[in-house]
Amino acid sequence: MSRKKRLTEAQFAYLLLLPAIFLFGLVILYPVARNVYLSFHEKSITTGMAEHFVGLKHYLKILTTDLRFRQALGNTVYFTVVSVALEFILGLSFALLLNLSFRGRNFARASVILPWALPTAVMAMAWRWIYHDVYGVANDLLLRLGILKEAVAWLGQHPLAMHAAIFSDAWKTTSFMALMFLAGLQSIPQDLYAAASIDGAGIWGRFRYVTLPLLRPVMVLALLFRSLQAFAVFDLIWVLTQGGPGGTTETLSVYLYSYTFRYLNLGYGSALSMVIFGLTLIIIFVILLFRKEEVELG
Amino acid sequence: MRQKTMYSILVFFGVGVVVFFSLAPFLWQIITSMKPANEIFSRPVRYIPSHIDFSAYVKIFSRHPFARQIMNSIIIACAGTFLCLVASSLASYALARLHLRGERGFLFFLLFLSLFPPVVLIVPLYEMVSTFGLMNNWLALIVPYAALNVPFATWVLTSFFRQIPEALEDAARVDGLSRLGILVRIILPLAAPALATTAILVFIFCWNEFLFALTFMTRATSRTVPVGIAMLSGASQYEIPWDQISAATVLTTLPLVAFVVLFQRRIVEGLTAGAVKG
Repeated sequence: MSRKKRLTEAQFAYLLLLPAIFLFGLVILYPVARNVYLSFHEKSITTGMAEHFVGLKHYLKILTTDLRFRQALGNTVYFTVVSVALEFILGLSFALLLNLSFRGRNFARASVILPWALPTAVMAMAWRWIYHDVYGVANDLLLRLGILKEAVAWLGQHPLAMHAAIFSDAWKTTSFMALMFLAGLQSIPQDLYAAASIDGAGIWGRFRYVTLPLLRPVMVLALLFRSLQAFAVFDLIWVLTQGGPGGTTETLSVYLYSYTFRYLNLGYGSALSMVIFGLTLIIIFVILLFRKEEVELG
Repeated sequence: MRQKTMYSILVFFGVGVVVFFSLAPFLWQIITSMKPANEIFSRPVRYIPSHIDFSAYVKIFSRHPFARQIMNSIIIACAGTFLCLVASSLASYALARLHLRGERGFLFFLLFLSLFPPVVLIVPLYEMVSTFGLMNNWLALIVPYAALNVPFATWVLTSFFRQIPEALEDAARVDGLSRLGILVRIILPLAAPALATTAILVFIFCWNEFLFALTFMTRATSRTVPVGIAMLSGASQYEIPWDQISAATVLTTLPLVAFVVLFQRRIVEGLTAGAVKG
């Protein structure tokens, strides 16, 4: 009897997991750990890329004297709250509309997916062209309609630039919200609506007592994903304004990137990364509280 | 009857607004790309070009390494997607079938970490890439792209693998197929639809990614298309060649438009996977 050495079930399973774990460890786990280490060190061109231990120095600076960080944090929070709220409302209305039956529904749905599928950086260029102060179509249309008296530098002044960025973001990501809500709407059993109608609920009643509560889990999830993505916004701002004018559109990711790579200030960049990491944790925690409350209620 | 007509008109109008909102910036790029240069820079804006002019499409290839950048993007996106799918399907099979302790916790951990902003990885990854001398090397993007999508791909594939009846595998085992043979010959072909869905979404991610590509590809000939377009400049640094940018935008996004039209259903499925079932 030849005894071929065979792996046990568990060994075989771990072998299959190995490539995924290797990739994940290399690109995500190691960098996170390395950030922790680097954030307590000074490492930049000034130190000749050597690492000197500086303890909490970077963190103290971020939390006390780094005004640019404070401005970026404020911008990021504003961007996240306003754009996610706008996308939420637009996404819900798009989904309610697309959930009706009408001719050309597939075409409409494909059009709504399109902004999501296109590269953010490339479409940010398209928006820069739309917002162009001299030849831009935004100015031209609003002038023709008489809404504007004279051309406006959409990306060149505060607070217009931030709102232009928010509008472009809403254009790009309403898709995602709409698709999530649409999937949620389609999973609501039709009999519930029928039952509500029999109980005398009108359109508003059915929306309020059937659609909204049943859509809530999807809403929490969509809010979670979109808030985190908006909080991390980089491509759009980098291409539209690079954080200008005067840092009024600079978000945390943009600040981290431009500060770090200007003088290869890796130590301080790592500390900023850790702070962003912590803030993200807080957002996840807060949004998941909504979900928990729902479980307790239901 | 009258109410019904009113309703149809309202729906038609609403859908029209939604479709216009979604397509307008893209359509404007198409129109711009086909205008003669002097009509691009004219006031008031011309909405319909006097004639169609493809010179921007010629210029983008003759004045910039755009062909090279398209090739970079195709190779990186394909390799990244392939690597991601190989690693994820192996892992998913292990998680779905071979009974491991804590597999659910492991999946959640993967997903949880993928919620964090990619920018927090950039400093250590930059260190690694420059230490290994991989700046401007395709690998510097292929490996991170694959890794960043492992959590999502593993999540989708695991739930799909669980739906495949185990009896099929038992039968294959009786027929003498090895465990790896079962995975490759039985499971993966059955999972083709889920693999396709995942591949489409991962490919779109790789094709569109900007931050890592901006950081690790410093030479114009090594850039991927999104970075190439965002950094396109004319004779001087301040002169932006909008005609060529719009042409490049149309060329870069056409494959994505085709994807959306062809695989609409799969994209929606993949995007909302797990969101509805909970």
